Amino acid sequence: MSTSTTTRPPDGPSSHGPEDRGRGMTPRSMAVWVGVAVIGAVCWSVLALSRGESVSALWILFAALSSYLIAYRFYSRFIARRVLQLDDTRATPAERMQNGNDYEVTDRRVLFGHHFAAIAGAGPLVGPVLAAQMGYLPGTVWIIVGVIFAGAVQDMVVLFLSMRRDGKSLGQMVREEIGVVGGTAALIAVFAIMIIILAVLALVVVNALAESPWGVFSIALTIPIALFMGVYLRFLRPGQVLEVTAIGFVLLMLAIIGGGYVEGSALGDSLTLSKETLTVALVVYGFVASILPVWMLLTPRDYLSTFMKIGVILLLAVGMVVARPVLQNEAVTSFATAGDGPVFAGSLFPFLFITIACGALSGFHALIASGTTPKMIAKESHVRMIGYGGMLMESFVAISALIAASVIDQGLYFAINAPAGVTGGTIDGAVSFVNGLGFTLTPDQLQAATASVEEDLVSRTGGAPTLAFGISSIFSSAFGGGLAAFWYHFAIMFEALFILTAVDAGTRVGRFMLQDTVGNVWTRFGDTSWKPAAWISSAVVVACWGYMLYVGVTDPLGGINQLFPLFGIANQLLAAIALTLCVTVFLKRGMVRWVWVPAVPLAWDLVTTMTASYQKVFSDNPALGYFAQADRYRTARDAGEILAPATDVSQMETVITNSTVNGILQASFALLVIVIVANAALIWVKALRAGSLPTTEVPAVASQLVAPADFFATSQEKAAVGAWEAEHGHSGSRR
Amino acid sequence: MRVVDPVRRALAGVRWYAKELSGEGRWDTYLQQCERDGVTPMGRREFERHLDDHRETSTQGRCC
Repeated sequence: MSTSTTTRPPDGPSSHGPEDRGRGMTPRSMAVWVGVAVIGAVCWSVLALSRGESVSALWILFAALSSYLIAYRFYSRFIARRVLQLDDTRATPAERMQNGNDYEVTDRRVLFGHHFAAIAGAGPLVGPVLAAQMGYLPGTVWIIVGVIFAGAVQDMVVLFLSMRRDGKSLGQMVREEIGVVGGTAALIAVFAIMIIILAVLALVVVNALAESPWGVFSIALTIPIALFMGVYLRFLRPGQVLEVTAIGFVLLMLAIIGGGYVEGSALGDSLTLSKETLTVALVVYGFVASILPVWMLLTPRDYLSTFMKIGVILLLAVGMVVARPVLQNEAVTSFATAGDGPVFAGSLFPFLFITIACGALSGFHALIASGTTPKMIAKESHVRMIGYGGMLMESFVAISALIAASVIDQGLYFAINAPAGVTGGTIDGAVSFVNGLGFTLTPDQLQAATASVEEDLVSRTGGAPTLAFGISSIFSSAFGGGLAAFWYHFAIMFEALFILTAVDAGTRVGRFMLQDTVGNVWTRFGDTSWKPAAWISSAVVVACWGYMLYVGVTDPLGGINQLFPLFGIANQLLAAIALTLCVTVFLKRGMVRWVWVPAVPLAWDLVTTMTASYQKVFSDNPALGYFAQADRYRTARDAGEILAPATDVSQMETVITNSTVNGILQASFALLVIVIVANAALIWVKALRAGSLPTTEVPAVASQLVAPADFFATSQEKAAVGAWEAEHGHSGSRR
Repeated sequence: MRVVDPVRRALAGVRWYAKELSGEGRWDTYLQQCERDGVTPMGRREFERHLDDHRETSTQGRCC
């Protein structure tokens, strides 16, 4: 993988870091950046000023792109040079500890792809779709401003910290830099938060596949397709990954096309599965997948998932530019202030900021940025393009999802996203509910939409069907051909594919965490090759997320409505842990001057997550507070009443149990984060008093590598790499 | 010819990127490394099994 990274002798040419790349701006580049700024300003002005007229989605797209470019060029460079002082004369762990496995010097653009594939999943697709109930503007502003000042900063700084500590994990760094109490709380929080994330992701798949034989058929076929690919790579043609991925992709397309024929056939009837059946199937699948050798299922599906992810995102960007869709959503809806939207309860502050996590600020990224990526970085300067740049790319995915949800007729949007408890799951029920909200929707419109994608759309909550419908209409309009139903199921497949990969990988990571933790007291259990330990810990992890999935699926109030806030808050609390670590290390290193860089996003994140947690735990509004909800149903049950949407006593019991469980989890997450921040605050005071404190950063070792610093190599960088290659007889690499 | 060359270069670039991203290119890197070090390389099948064995215990989480 070291294709464009070569080794120089100790007395060779100096390495090329950010400090070596053109200081000062030439008149030409100044003109280019003024142009980008003007485009951005025009797009933002149009978005800010347009009310009650038709607005093209391209204004959002170009407002986002120009903001990303400016943020990357100026803010990330400022962080790289002035704040973190990335130093390319210093060897990275990949260079010092290269072992051909974990630690491996990797081409910056290839690592960018790896990192992006690991951070971008269903989150940036689902959150913005749900948040579209508040209008397109709040989501657009938060996704763009959030990523620039919070999300991308978190990813970049955590990646830097882990890289300077030989690739240590977030939990290890919290323990070593903050303390044992904070470290233990972080370990528990990371595990628990991961369980919730897996459960909600699985819930998105269940909701998308329930009563959909087409979806079930094509997604189920991904399992034999992946198994075939695994066997092909293991026994028939070892190492021919591109070849087998191409075969797998063709089979995947055939599976989607085949699904259309299955629907309406006898096989279709037996593949029309309820949410409960799908839950059991997913739990069994999750367990089996996590104990099978990775070459059989996980690795081959990861290949498909990665290429699909990158391909569809590029296709969507092209589709939007070609189709130039017009936004049907309002800029800001009344739900933003009233907080009574049917998709999820709560007003813009704080719930917009926790509903859109991935794409703006996602704590889970801190686990990736302190996982494999820091062990593969060739040069310190690459932290900027991989950490900051990778997150900007994810933010672009979120903006695309927001656009896809906002170009749908808004009556239709609410018919799809309102829980079955309020629509009754019927076309007439949905139409009457949506009309009651003040939107216009006729049964004919809803029926036509349903017919176009050959799928029932009423109360298909979870975001995936809405996104699939939006993508389908953009692609149909851009590429023609009357393939709306194909594109719809293609999009469902696209989302389900990487959710299932995330569930497999997450279960396995959870299993390792559990084995590692129990291994501290029972050494044998920590041996990852010992089958009983692997099976028991896999079963525990699957049981945990399986239970939460079941809670979501059976909740009469709607699983997404109930669990998505928990998921969002959990993810943002993880971000609070990561940013707390960043602030701590800054203060320990005596970088008080620059501490605002992670401290401002931390403060914002704590204000939003703690407000949201407080409201979910203590609010006396039963639509918002979990315990108030449980109390309301308990009181009614004791009085012998049945409260809608529950239809019998057992559903009343379900609401009481689920809301109590959710409330306890919510309170526990917030408490864990408070413990970590309190522990860190003690260190902050100590560090401020002392001026600085020792950190666990490893000592500097001189780097021997030469590599370009950014996406595109400058001519000097190309010359430096080329000169060394020529001198040492290396073949020409891609620069 | 002048039109074809950049297209050919771009396609070669895409192919290189796909090979590197999928890990298929690791075999070529390994062969080059063995040649530089004067070591006889193991067979392709054996090499890929080593990678599989490593992946078995180093699963990377996938974000949401």
